Amino acid sequence: MSNDDLRDLYQEVILDHNRRPRNFGPLATANHRAEGNHPLCGDRVTVLLEVADGRIRDVAFQGAGCAISTASASMMTEAVKGQTEAEARRLFHVFHDLLTTGAGEGLPELDKLAVFTGVREYPMRVKCATLAWHTLIAALDQQQDEPVSTE
Amino acid sequence: MTLAAAAEDLEETREAAASPAYDLDRVRADFPILAQKVHGRPLVYLDNAASTQKPRAVMDAIAACYGEYYANVERGVHTLSQRSTAARERAREAVRRFLNAASTEEVVFVRGTTEAINLVAASWGRRHVGAGDEVLITELEHHSNIVPWQLLCEERGALLRVAPIDDRGEVILPELERLLSPRTRLVAVAHVSNALGTLLPVRAIAERAHAVGAVVLVDGAQAVPHLPVDVQALGVDFYAFSGHKVYGPSGIGTLWGRRELLEAMPPWQGGGGMIRTVSFARTTYAPPPHRFEAGTPAIEAAIGLGAALDYLAALGLPAVAAWEAGLLALATERLAAVPGLRLIGTAKEKAAVLSFTLEGIHPHDVGTVLDREGIAVRAGHHCAQPVMERFGVPATTRASFGLYNTREEVEALAAALHRARELFG
Repeated sequence: MSNDDLRDLYQEVILDHNRRPRNFGPLATANHRAEGNHPLCGDRVTVLLEVADGRIRDVAFQGAGCAISTASASMMTEAVKGQTEAEARRLFHVFHDLLTTGAGEGLPELDKLAVFTGVREYPMRVKCATLAWHTLIAALDQQQDEPVSTE
Repeated sequence: MTLAAAAEDLEETREAAASPAYDLDRVRADFPILAQKVHGRPLVYLDNAASTQKPRAVMDAIAACYGEYYANVERGVHTLSQRSTAARERAREAVRRFLNAASTEEVVFVRGTTEAINLVAASWGRRHVGAGDEVLITELEHHSNIVPWQLLCEERGALLRVAPIDDRGEVILPELERLLSPRTRLVAVAHVSNALGTLLPVRAIAERAHAVGAVVLVDGAQAVPHLPVDVQALGVDFYAFSGHKVYGPSGIGTLWGRRELLEAMPPWQGGGGMIRTVSFARTTYAPPPHRFEAGTPAIEAAIGLGAALDYLAALGLPAVAAWEAGLLALATERLAAVPGLRLIGTAKEKAAVLSFTLEGIHPHDVGTVLDREGIAVRAGHHCAQPVMERFGVPATTRASFGLYNTREEVEALAAALHRARELFG
């Protein structure tokens, strides 16, 4: 039954974060910021970071997108809050590999992010799940505050 | 026959559908790709506005070209070249009949609608649009009927003006009329909107445009699969369409232009096949349509397009329009019953295209849910970002129907949307 397949993609946790995104809104203390967009679907996300002493003290996001991109952004903010820059960058790679090659499946640092494992079966949606993460990396790099695109 | 006339009476449509004039089972059997399952469900192909599937007649025509008589065209004295040339010219005649053009000399083969519009912008536009002149389009145009004119206007110092649409997705005719002036050189409009399904009053627009001396180009990509088109009756000057949206191959399309306009236009691409004589001092050009067909063309695609148009003619576009009007009426009714569904594009006269949003569910999620049910739709901005902006949405889901779609498929779409509603709560 196809609805069961869909439940692998749209797990309850994902639907919940889509309905009630965490760390959503402005961040007055932000000192890093980047915008990402997915031109094909019109998804837009802005990631705001307060970084001090190489650590992400606070994080928020804004924007509008599909359930996968919204939930991914929301859960990303929960995952990286309090992490060092190096930890966040490593988590990005682990998450990215999980969605593209399946490597790292079951790694403990993925924690709740493991709910996105099902996205790998939907190649068109991988970009949705990684948009916020690419934007996070851009915010950490904070080169020219240029928009990030997953296209 | 207009879409409105076709949609006038659903009962009548049902009768027409039940009559032997439109044998849906036979039509579906002509499209072998439809008989497959996707994710374990029967394929429900509702992405016809993006591209249509191909009947066996088109595949057979292309296979016969390759298997029996393929050679380059217009160049050889040998038998195969002559046969290929004749077959391609028969396809040109099929296009002429399809559009009721006065002559095959008015039928230019191009890669598609986009290339046709770019051809007019580059050839006619550069010659006739100057500093301070204006090009008028509408708010519902596809990017391919916006960007070529922006490029032209930028190059020539001309002004691009945009006639607005109302909340139903209809062009506001008095506003369009107000924007017309003696400075208007060209009016470029869609015949049917790809994002909204709106059927535009092209003949009325052409009359008003001609009154100020402007030339009228029509983007017919979304119209030709749905309704009979007669370019002479419409009274327009250029008409463009793509083969792949009318059950033919991709990579082929047509620019129809009035003979006197085409004859006065310079070439837009140079090369073989478009010349009369070449010397290093001076080249003279072939008359239309060959003047605009530089290089070896898409021979088999043109032949396939001819086969597609012959297929449509045999079915009869009025019968197709009547069938699709019934699908549109049913789909409009069923979708209205889905909680939180907002139809974008509710013009009085429209083709069987339903763009919509579902409250709280992004179009891409809708597209994914439907795909798992075997239903193919488009999710996105449909290359019409100004339309999305006009209606304040980043994207829509679009279900677009074709001549092989069934009433059961409409029900499958509606049922899947209800399930999406349940899944997302």
